[in-house]
Amino acid sequence: MAEFFASIQKKFILCFVDDGFWKWLVQGFKNSLVITFFAVIIGFLLGVVLATVRSSYDKNEESLRLRKGIGYYLLRFFNGLCKVYITVIRGVPVVVQLMIWYFVILVSQKNGVIVAVVAFGFNSAAYVAEIFRGGIMSIDGGQFEAGRSLGFNYVQTMIYIIIPQVIKSVLPTLLNEVIALLKETSVAGYVGIMDLTKAGDLIRGRTFEAFMPLIAVAIIYLITVIVLTKVFGIFERRLRKSER
Amino acid sequence: MKKVLAIVLAAALCLALFAACGTPATTDDTTAAPTVGSTAADDTTAAADAKLTATEGVLVMATNAAFPPYEFKEGDNFAGIDVEIATAIAEKLGLTLEIQDVEFGSIVGGVQTGKFDIGMAGMTVTEKRLKSVNFSESYAKGIQSVIVPEGSDLTKFDDVYSEFDAEGNPAAVKEGIIIGVQQDTTGDIYCSSDPADFGVGEANVIRYKVGADAVQALKAGKVSAVVIDNEPAKSFVAANEGLKILDTAYTEENYAIAIAKENTALLDAVNGALKALTEEGKVAEIIAKYIPAE
Repeated sequence: MAEFFASIQKKFILCFVDDGFWKWLVQGFKNSLVITFFAVIIGFLLGVVLATVRSSYDKNEESLRLRKGIGYYLLRFFNGLCKVYITVIRGVPVVVQLMIWYFVILVSQKNGVIVAVVAFGFNSAAYVAEIFRGGIMSIDGGQFEAGRSLGFNYVQTMIYIIIPQVIKSVLPTLLNEVIALLKETSVAGYVGIMDLTKAGDLIRGRTFEAFMPLIAVAIIYLITVIVLTKVFGIFERRLRKSER
Repeated sequence: MKKVLAIVLAAALCLALFAACGTPATTDDTTAAPTVGSTAADDTTAAADAKLTATEGVLVMATNAAFPPYEFKEGDNFAGIDVEIATAIAEKLGLTLEIQDVEFGSIVGGVQTGKFDIGMAGMTVTEKRLKSVNFSESYAKGIQSVIVPEGSDLTKFDDVYSEFDAEGNPAAVKEGIIIGVQQDTTGDIYCSSDPADFGVGEANVIRYKVGADAVQALKAGKVSAVVIDNEPAKSFVAANEGLKILDTAYTEENYAIAIAKENTALLDAVNGALKALTEEGKVAEIIAKYIPAE
């Protein structure tokens, strides 16, 4: 048994201490968090806009069509655009998207982290949009009518009555998306970005030890997700207070 | 009814789990010595009672088939210098060659744990790798070249440094210099070291999964230069307009075959076969086939 622990300790020192490889893990973890954080913000903002357009069209199509105003055609156009965006983004693997951003679109951007933020942000937006659309569509029609009859216009009804309720109901699914995004950033290594997975990969390549770096990386991801879950849990509890 | 079904499914899952964790087929020590070709017989008789390869009669070679002309995919098949030399060695030893295409960084680890019998991927002998595996005699010479865009300010690798110390060794790297490399290759390891060790430092290296990505990034202007083995460098430059190889190489090094430390029998056998092949002129012939003399 003592021998086993000695060998584990030896491997640990070889993998993380000897050549200062732990610094890679720290740097990689930092990059993973930065990419996830900003991508979530982009994804959230853009996703809400996409969802609003999509659900506005779905909810009001009939009445608008009857009126035949310019608004109908405008909304229809933007709805089509959003649909195409969501279809394309969801239909292409995120690694491929990342490589397209890196090698084709943002060619002059030398900072890989920024490219990754953009790629993952725009990717996440499509999923967030569908999560929010589901949330908006699930709000009872009576809520809209109540808002309108109180003198709110459509946008005001959305902002003050619908969206707050939507956020509460989509929070668990949104957390899902954040977790997925955090783990998806592990493909950033494909374009030379030093993320957590890449850091583990490099240690593996230098030390020829698979167990230590892989387990270390796995544990760091796991702990991050547990912390995220806790934070969202607190958030959810706070939001639920108004229900009583 | 449902409960029974659930129990049966759970049992099936458990079984599958156990089966997956089960010990691999135990090595059979009593079987006869492996078949060995006549030429290499002298070198292997001493180890006749040991097992040469993990699966009898099969020589499993790990490589990263994205490193022309040493190894690359041609349709569904593997081709290249390493592939042909390995085929010739396997033939000499009376074994069938099986090639596994894995990430470069996983080769040494896999050889060490016995997952693969040999590792051949244009691999340089380094101190660090020697700690984990043994290496055969060298069969080819590798040169680390520097690729830059036409019209680059860099005319030799030393141009990346802005300062040199009193002894003329590099001390600091120029602002904005980024070197692209293929992850885990010697180019990566050397370039990642500090200027005093003739690298450019961690912060100024971007590591790509494959060499082609590094070259792509060079074309896009994301890196100032790419350090990679000379032969793939030549292929890349030939395939991409506007790139050139600097006249002075970064380093020169020897390629060898990685074999597990415990398996000295295989090491001797491979060295024997390699020696015979070199004497027959077969090695030179294979190299000449892929790398036309200049």
